[in-house]
Amino acid sequence: MSFINYSSREINCKLVYYGPGLGGKTTNLRFIYAKTSPEAKGKMISLATETERTLFFDFLPLSLGEIRGFKTRFHLYTVPGQVFYDASRKLILKGVDGVVFVADSQIERMEANIESLDNLRQNLQEQGYDLDKLPFVMQYNKRDLPSAVSLAELHAALNPTNVIEFEARATTGVGVFETLKAIAKAVLTELRRGSGG
Amino acid sequence: MSAPDVMFPEEQRQISSVCQRLHRDANAKAVLLIGRDGQPIAEAGEVGEIDVTSLSSLTAGNVAATGGISKILREKDFTSQFHEGEKTHVHITLVAGRAILVVLFDERSSLGLVRLRVRKAAEEMARLFEQVAKKAASGTGPSILNEITDADIDKLFND
Repeated sequence: MSFINYSSREINCKLVYYGPGLGGKTTNLRFIYAKTSPEAKGKMISLATETERTLFFDFLPLSLGEIRGFKTRFHLYTVPGQVFYDASRKLILKGVDGVVFVADSQIERMEANIESLDNLRQNLQEQGYDLDKLPFVMQYNKRDLPSAVSLAELHAALNPTNVIEFEARATTGVGVFETLKAIAKAVLTELRRGSGG
Repeated sequence: MSAPDVMFPEEQRQISSVCQRLHRDANAKAVLLIGRDGQPIAEAGEVGEIDVTSLSSLTAGNVAATGGISKILREKDFTSQFHEGEKTHVHITLVAGRAILVVLFDERSSLGLVRLRVRKAAEEMARLFEQVAKKAASGTGPSILNEITDADIDKLFND
């Protein structure tokens, strides 16, 4: 849930990167961390296993500038993608303001994408959220890999509601900041809209 | 999206003063108050070398995980936690389901004293959060959201 502090003049929002295991959620955050100026970011935390698989979450605090004298701070989280960490994924979705779904474009991961998207919808429902009403951006990652399926197929399988979507190659940063900007903007717009503003 | 959590200057001042008093009365190294989703709200004491943002996020994750464990055990929320370190110990308490109160202390204090002082401080903070919630619901507090325009948001994202 966003948090507005009128004393320190800050708007804080929570973004969650969701998606199947090894799809590139952590890589998105690492790229953002690497390319953001030191004054705009805090430390990136990764709670990972010895083999660098996300165990609980990655966390990256970012400042995206000021609106009407209020600093906008975004807390970026990833979830562990592996199926058996479902309890952890539910916890990380608590208080979420916007979701990025990082899909893996490879044909052999299509089933995992669909399963993870269903899991997202289900876990949000359990927390009282409706994915169709939440700021939500779709990212098709690993577009450069030889077994990547076509954009049309990905769209048909994963984005029937036509949310904003981006093609990405997170290892080199293609599409990473476009995705971040889109979700941050959607969250602020929704926050304003929700207030009746 | 549900209504945002808010904090107003008047209550922020009062909450900060409760933190400072708790820091003093509990002989603590530092006191931090964190929003339930991991945003730092107030602090007192020796926080200079601490990465407050990271500590806040990890503490919120920790509290959420402990809440998950309590559900599995069909237990009510574990309202407090204690981590014993070699030099620094951490006492964590939920405040009115809205915030997390963290006390860092060392050999200058004791768990008993910290618990005692935390109880009183948490009650005071709970009252202040109640006050904030009432003010926010009645619309008597300030509201930046009514002032923001689409153009302001666009401007933020124009390179």
